[in-house]
Amino acid sequence: MLARGMGARDEVSDTGGEGTMRPSLPRPRVRLRMINAKVSRGGALFLGGLPFLFVAIAYLFASAQRLAVNPSDKLLPSPPQMWSAFLDLATVPDKRSGDLILWVDTYASLLRLLAGVGVATFAALSLGIAIGFIPRVRAFLLPFVTVVCVIPPLALLPILFIALGLGETAKITLIALGVAPVMVRDIANRVMELPAELVAKAQTLGGNSWTMILRLVLPQIMPRLITCVRLALGPAWLFLIAAEAIASTEGLGYRIFLVRRYLSMDVILPYVAWITLLAVITDWLLVRLSRAISPWAHPLEAR
Amino acid sequence: MSRIVVHGLEKTYGDARVLERVNVTAEAGEFLSLVGASGCGKSTFLRILLGQEQQSSGVVIVGDGPIVPEPTPQRGIVFQRYSVFPHLTAMQNLLLVEDFRSGGPFGRVFGARRRNARQEAEAMLARVGLAHARDLYPASLSGGMQQRLAIAQTLLGRPQILLLDEPFGALDPGIRAEMHDLLTELWTEHGMTVVMVTHDIGEAFKLGTRVLVFDKVRHDPQFPSAYGATITYDLRLDRKTRASSHHLAKVAAMVGTTRPDKTMATTAS
Repeated sequence: MLARGMGARDEVSDTGGEGTMRPSLPRPRVRLRMINAKVSRGGALFLGGLPFLFVAIAYLFASAQRLAVNPSDKLLPSPPQMWSAFLDLATVPDKRSGDLILWVDTYASLLRLLAGVGVATFAALSLGIAIGFIPRVRAFLLPFVTVVCVIPPLALLPILFIALGLGETAKITLIALGVAPVMVRDIANRVMELPAELVAKAQTLGGNSWTMILRLVLPQIMPRLITCVRLALGPAWLFLIAAEAIASTEGLGYRIFLVRRYLSMDVILPYVAWITLLAVITDWLLVRLSRAISPWAHPLEAR
Repeated sequence: MSRIVVHGLEKTYGDARVLERVNVTAEAGEFLSLVGASGCGKSTFLRILLGQEQQSSGVVIVGDGPIVPEPTPQRGIVFQRYSVFPHLTAMQNLLLVEDFRSGGPFGRVFGARRRNARQEAEAMLARVGLAHARDLYPASLSGGMQQRLAIAQTLLGRPQILLLDEPFGALDPGIRAEMHDLLTELWTEHGMTVVMVTHDIGEAFKLGTRVLVFDKVRHDPQFPSAYGATITYDLRLDRKTRASSHHLAKVAAMVGTTRPDKTMATTAS
């Protein structure tokens, strides 16, 4: 009886159409708990932009104050000053070498970063899967990797420069050594967390250790590997800039530490922003890559 | 020829004894339903038959010889969860069987063999009613569809023995009845030996040709894990008359309790 009555009322409100009947049932304005209050798209954009806006305004204000007192102040240059310095580095060939400094620096740094992270990714994939999937390899290598993980990589930097010289090898090795152990451990853990049911099932279907790595472990681990690379890029930039600061002749980190001697904040700040932009673009590309390679792992975002 | 012979099987984890004195012989083509209270070791028994775990003592013979202590294509399995590979579409899940079986070092078959495998997979998809879902990932399939896919995948492996670990435990009653019909049909077509663990006694009686009840017969109140469960009741069902309600009620009463019941233990054949 009750259900019938409800049904009839629904029908009325349906036939009544959107405009006429709906206002008669006002939606109650409930004060939701903070954790349940949803943020609209525009609201998220606004809230997300606020901190950037705040920093920008604070900088502009402080910069204007200092420049008003002393127009040749170098500590907080104005945006036009920074832009012209950045444009100089990007478009005017260097007097001594004839290079476009920004692009030479960017190319050198990205190449080192790519090589270092590439080596680390390969190590994470091969060692991580071997450690995670094969008990004998786990017994053999996991204690060693765990110990290597806790060595501070920057403490190894002098050793690397002594052993490998001041060239590219030492810098790339530092980046690889810095990020690889954590990546190896993470991938190994993920492989060990693969549901035992899937591994058992693959064996009942005739998979051997190698084909299971190819067809089960590798595709399942791929999204995690990409996340791993995204997380490793932060430390990788740190090691890159540290290595470049100490021994280099070009590179983004080298430039920043070089011009520091002349207090050239008009170069340092744009360089930091440029590095940030490069890092954000790399991260975005990796997210896209993950969606392209493993659509099954992103069911909601793929739509 | 017996397909599965288990004699004096015992399984312990440290001090805790899960199974003891398990003896059972299953002829080829039988459908065994394993029931028992939660945690009584029936799933452990199934994992031993699968090769995922090893018995602590006793003999397990599957087919012609002692059981190989790792999962092999001889025995297929359908789990309740993680029953299919989430990174492959329905079609790819079925193709994977041929890829694993004869794909060589790449784990992938090519050319004519791939076309044959694809045809076989298409037929199997249609057989289990998933032809429309061939390019969907398991995440976008319903629970029932995932289990249908899992059964199809396992059957493509042509196992001699099909192991089912509460395969329909997470499904709605309507879907479950549908799956029962499908499983019965496929079992009749393929004629493999089936061992199914289930919580649903109705299901056990409906599908099985034999119902085995796992329970503890010995009980130590000071040390509950001192004794393990064993098969306390072994009921062969006539395919025509099926189970009487008397039997059903009796098994339901046994499964409902983990306490030993001497009278029932002695009636076990």
